[in-house]
Amino acid sequence: MIEHRSHLYGVVGEFASEHQLLHAAEQTRGAGYRRIEAYAPFPVEGLSEALGLKRNKVPLITLIGGLTGGLGGFFFQYWVNVIAYPLNIGGRSLNSWPAFIPVTFELTVLGAALSAVFGMLALNGLPQPYHPLFNVQRFAKHATSDCFFLCIEARDKKFHLAEASRFLQALGASHITEVRDD
Amino acid sequence: MSVGQQPPQIDSPEIRRLAPVIEPGHTYGTVTDKISAIVLTRPASLGWFAGFTLAFCVVMMLTIALAWLITKGVGIWGINIPIGWGFAIVNFVWWIGIGHAGTLISAILFLLNQKWRTSINRFAEAMTLFAVACAGIFPLIHTGRPWMAYYMFPYPSTMGLWPQFRSPLIWDVFAVSTYGTVSLLFWFVGLIPDLATLRDRAVTKPKQIIYGMLALGWRGSARHWHRYQSAYLLLAGLATPLVLSVHTVVSFDFAIAIVPGWHTTIFPPYFVAGAIYSGFAMVLTIAIPLRKAYDLEDFITMRHLENMAMVMLATGLIVAYGYLFEFFMARYSGNKFDMFLVDQRLHGPYRYFYFALILCNILTPQLLWFQKIRTNVVALFIMSLVVNVGMWLERFVIVVISLTRDFMPSAWGRYSATFWDYATFAGTIGLFVMLLFLFVRVLPAISIAEMRELVAETSEEHP
Repeated sequence: MIEHRSHLYGVVGEFASEHQLLHAAEQTRGAGYRRIEAYAPFPVEGLSEALGLKRNKVPLITLIGGLTGGLGGFFFQYWVNVIAYPLNIGGRSLNSWPAFIPVTFELTVLGAALSAVFGMLALNGLPQPYHPLFNVQRFAKHATSDCFFLCIEARDKKFHLAEASRFLQALGASHITEVRDD
Repeated sequence: MSVGQQPPQIDSPEIRRLAPVIEPGHTYGTVTDKISAIVLTRPASLGWFAGFTLAFCVVMMLTIALAWLITKGVGIWGINIPIGWGFAIVNFVWWIGIGHAGTLISAILFLLNQKWRTSINRFAEAMTLFAVACAGIFPLIHTGRPWMAYYMFPYPSTMGLWPQFRSPLIWDVFAVSTYGTVSLLFWFVGLIPDLATLRDRAVTKPKQIIYGMLALGWRGSARHWHRYQSAYLLLAGLATPLVLSVHTVVSFDFAIAIVPGWHTTIFPPYFVAGAIYSGFAMVLTIAIPLRKAYDLEDFITMRHLENMAMVMLATGLIVAYGYLFEFFMARYSGNKFDMFLVDQRLHGPYRYFYFALILCNILTPQLLWFQKIRTNVVALFIMSLVVNVGMWLERFVIVVISLTRDFMPSAWGRYSATFWDYATFAGTIGLFVMLLFLFVRVLPAISIAEMRELVAETSEEHP
């Protein structure tokens, strides 16, 4: 048997609707569990608050990316058309900044969009092809279509396998399963 | 919707107000099953194979046309001096414009919280990407030496050469490449949860592996959704000004020049309106056969078609205003070259193109004022084709009439397209259709995650 070598990730319970999940998340957090995670096939309104999630850093990363793109874009054009390769077109000033605005704008949007997407993925730790929860058959089959899951993770200070399972059962969860990393 | 149930009576305003964006009776499981089945379990129909084969043959014609072009040079086209911008630019502007509706639906309607966008945004975004791909071909091959196209990007070359950033053509390079990139990101981010659904529902190993890699390990965690929603909202906010800027920059290609008929300040707004107009026409052209072929009438309801028809009518009227003001400003300015150009549109050698343009873009769409037409699927389909033709004619009129009739009679000319012009244009239509055929078979044409959200919202409204 290899079971004794496998590592316990947590215990997961299944809920039939987003309302039950929301309620369960609130109760679990209220009971003092901190390392919990809810899984839903679509973004459930109020779930972030129920889990006590703070504001995320995606907007800040996007702002920094946009500013970098915009400022970098403008001064790059300045450097190219004024310093590196000055072209005298009808005696117009070399730093003809209004003509640099379209490209500056486009690069602002490009920088912001790239940082929004890659920032979101990086903060989420994606791509991550393997996760212990994928070992749970019901989860792998239904988490992305029609069921809702709540997982109490083993790294929670309060975690005790039997207690956590009983707690989930009391909340009305079905198919309560240990999640093992093997 | 159960079989045999009466469809809602469309002509009562009260009922129409309540016309659903999704037919009742759907659950998270049924929307998931129905949409993912098109990709995973439903066998490709004979119609699909026939359509795909036809489109594929047209793409082969495109490759021949491009190979011949690269062998012989742009002389095989009808372009000449003074009409250096022929079909290549007409088609470029037409395709880019078509793409705009996809971004409008996915970004602007998202910000405006329009629920009806949900079932049409995915394929409209795909349409944007494919249209931008088709558009991108034209300026590239119009350079004559497409293998030198990288000269347009600023890179440290051994020649010490840099692009001229004051040129609208360089703005275009940045606008279109940014637009393509951001549209791709937006589309892909929207696809991630659905790719995870396909990964989990696929039964064969290759599908599980491919969708699994594309899904990046998405598992629907609340923390992930939290950041995902922020990123999606920000992307929508960024794509909104971007889409308006792209056709503005395209119109600068014309408006910055001093050619009569091009040098007007109304060009940016009227190009953007025209882009959305033609884009919505193309969305209808795709949506109507798609919902029929894959039984998606529950998801792409009459309400969607009618709303799109109304957007077409509104943007069509803005375009009509643009045409009117071109005439007014030419008169009002007293500039004899502008006035002469107006005269040439009405009485010149290309007047029939102009009359056809007015017929397609201004007169025919007035039928959309009637609800009977807006709720008639066949009439809408025909109307969408007419508007697509009309918008192509608009760009032809703008490019050709101005270039053949500028300041000096000695510089006047005539333009007619050759076989290779038509072959290339038809070829890109084939490419567009072929990509759409592939898309509906390998990716969910409707966002499944957003449809589940819609089911959740509508079940709360009518418990």
